[in-house]
Amino acid sequence: MKDVNVLMVGVGGHGVILASDGMAEVGMENGYDVKKTDTLGMAQRGGSVLSHVRWGSKVYSPMIKKGEADFLMGFEQLEAARWAAHLKTGGVAIIADVTVIPVSAVGGKVTYPGPDEVRRILSQYTDKIYMVPAARIAQEAGNPRAMNMAMLGFLSAFLELPPEAWTDIMRRRLPPKFVESSVAAFTRGVAEAKAIK
Amino acid sequence: MKQLLSGNEAIALGAYHAGVVVAVAYPGTPSTEILESMARMEGVYAEWSVNEKVALEVAMGAAYSGARAMASMKHVGLNVAADPLFAASTTGIIGGLVIVSCDDPGEHSSQGEQDNRHYARFAKVPMLEPTDSQEAYDMMQWAFDISEQFDTPVLLRSTTRLSHCKTVVEISRERKTDLRHPGFARNPQKYVMVPSNARVRRHAMEERIAKMKAYVEDFPLNQMIIADRKLGVISNGVAYQYAREVFRDASHLKLTTIYPLPEDLIRRFVQQVERVVVVEELDPFIEEEVRRMGIDVAGKEFIPIIGELNLEVVEAGAIKAGLIKAPSKSSSKVETSPPQLPLRRPQLCAGCPHVATEYVLRKLGFKSAVSGKELGADELIVTSDIGCYTLGVYPPLAALDTCACMGASIGQALGLEKAGVPNKIVAVLGDSTFMHSGITGLIDVVYNQGNITVIILDNGTTAMTGHQGHPGTGVSARGDKVPKVELESLARGMGIEDVNVVSAFDIAALESTIKRSIEKDEPSVVIARGNCPLAVRAKAVPYEVDADLCAGCFDCMDLGCPALLIADDVVRIDVEACGGCGVCAQICLQEAITKCKP
Repeated sequence: MKDVNVLMVGVGGHGVILASDGMAEVGMENGYDVKKTDTLGMAQRGGSVLSHVRWGSKVYSPMIKKGEADFLMGFEQLEAARWAAHLKTGGVAIIADVTVIPVSAVGGKVTYPGPDEVRRILSQYTDKIYMVPAARIAQEAGNPRAMNMAMLGFLSAFLELPPEAWTDIMRRRLPPKFVESSVAAFTRGVAEAKAIK
Repeated sequence: MKQLLSGNEAIALGAYHAGVVVAVAYPGTPSTEILESMARMEGVYAEWSVNEKVALEVAMGAAYSGARAMASMKHVGLNVAADPLFAASTTGIIGGLVIVSCDDPGEHSSQGEQDNRHYARFAKVPMLEPTDSQEAYDMMQWAFDISEQFDTPVLLRSTTRLSHCKTVVEISRERKTDLRHPGFARNPQKYVMVPSNARVRRHAMEERIAKMKAYVEDFPLNQMIIADRKLGVISNGVAYQYAREVFRDASHLKLTTIYPLPEDLIRRFVQQVERVVVVEELDPFIEEEVRRMGIDVAGKEFIPIIGELNLEVVEAGAIKAGLIKAPSKSSSKVETSPPQLPLRRPQLCAGCPHVATEYVLRKLGFKSAVSGKELGADELIVTSDIGCYTLGVYPPLAALDTCACMGASIGQALGLEKAGVPNKIVAVLGDSTFMHSGITGLIDVVYNQGNITVIILDNGTTAMTGHQGHPGTGVSARGDKVPKVELESLARGMGIEDVNVVSAFDIAALESTIKRSIEKDEPSVVIARGNCPLAVRAKAVPYEVDADLCAGCFDCMDLGCPALLIADDVVRIDVEACGGCGVCAQICLQEAITKCKP
């Protein structure tokens, strides 16, 4: 059983919390010790959202140490750049093609980083950077809000549990009306990862 | 059965299984989810109290009847409830009474940082603190048992990281069924604290702590782990988790009975190791107690006294103290200066009813924006309070001068006036905050003939903590319809004659009403009423900008609305984000902003 540390970052409304809750459940159901914690920073008021998910045989700290995340899941590009240093050297960055420009970058001195700048910042830590068309995948799956499930699907392709371990939890935990589109987005996310890898 | 529970959910479930009958709270991060969980459980009376003091008094009354009762609150909430805490410590209880205090190291969502472990020693009340959700769940049973066995309220301390961290919990119990039948036995010596009775109870308090000292020596959740004897680490709460990971080979003593501490256990641990350090968040509470026992111990010289701990902080401290070796630096491509990235500060939402009022206050009253300079007599002083609207302190609104604690805006405004400042003074606070502790301040203004204007930003909910009910909402903690306390009648009943209600989305009405009220030679109340769009989940028709008409003056950008963007030197509205409040359209002189065509 391999230890897995995943840092998920984004802004309020992208489903970071639901995704990290889901991943934590999957870990527990499959025999891992699990800890997961969020730093919300008043997320509903436009702040950033940060979730740490840790799977292991025994997990102590709920938070992942800087430089020790095996995976950085960026649900938003600026947040991915901001938390790049949490990625361990050679870790995997999975970044959605989503941008949310903060008020401070509207007419401000510090501008919003473009995709090349985000990639440059991340490349200091790893060359395994995957830009995922998560919004498009969710749209195609029939639910624009299922972007988080597309991201989980993409991540799952790097981990040892099979897709069913994930979709089982989704079927059991999600409200029935979201199950099909969520599973579809997840499955497309898995396929996207397999195509790129 | 295994379940993944946050610390708060585990506390609630643990209390439920321990047979809690009355659960009360005032919402406050990071404690809010405890009562939200309790309100969903059958057989429990759950209430959002008007404030933490009342909450604890309700819980105390319930415990006097023999029922098990719990009050939960954030760290500063216990300041508000300190009076009944000391009183409950003095009288003792019959049914178990547990007070959950959730501290917020690092001030994730608080106006200050404080270590509430001191309250235990101060009020002479036992305190327990779990290190994960499993212990939080298990500990509730112990907390209620200790409370009843020792005739005392029990404090259970959590912190943001514990309350908001999900860990695996083995659910081993079901709800206690042999609940005591509620009944009150008259006992003035115990319950009526006139000095002659209080003096007797004072002795009972000391005897209780002495007995507790013996009890905690065998408390099963304290744990001694002897490994490498060169270093012994004493820790508590979530700091224990960091300590286990940073000092992998060391010996550990995990303490869950924070007050009183198990002194014999500590001595036995210390005797088995060469060097002792304490790893604890915030104040050196355990460290000082251990040093008082005559033990040579280190702690705060390498673990910071300020802020939340994490692995990096504990590791850096351990390296500084020479307890572990620094990891060898790998050759790195990382730039020495981190990239400049725009901040994402919390801000008022698109469609927020507070924006227009704060915009008007800034327009009416802030002539200069120089910090530290004494105001001109024509400038307005705006005292503020705790709630979403406090975010109006940030540019571009920058409309507030103070924010101290719940309800303080009114008292501060009166104090400024009575001291003789030449300025007009406005106090702003929310509907929930007004109910919490603004009412007493406003009565003080009436009685002492103040001449301030109080603006109640009535968004119909307790928004910052996630939309809980309060007496002005007419909805109970369980979601039932209940009598609604009307703000305007309340203000008039106190003796305020100039009471006005205006739409929180109407800039012209807000401006004329506030102007008129501050000019009057009497105290006044303006209720700016408009629903929190997140609470009612309503989305009006969004607005759009006619790029040809937009003059690029950017006056509307002074609202700081997250739906307003600048593209190609004109304003653009993010239609997905726009709440449709129409406040920006009222500002635009070019009339470039209109409702989207259906």
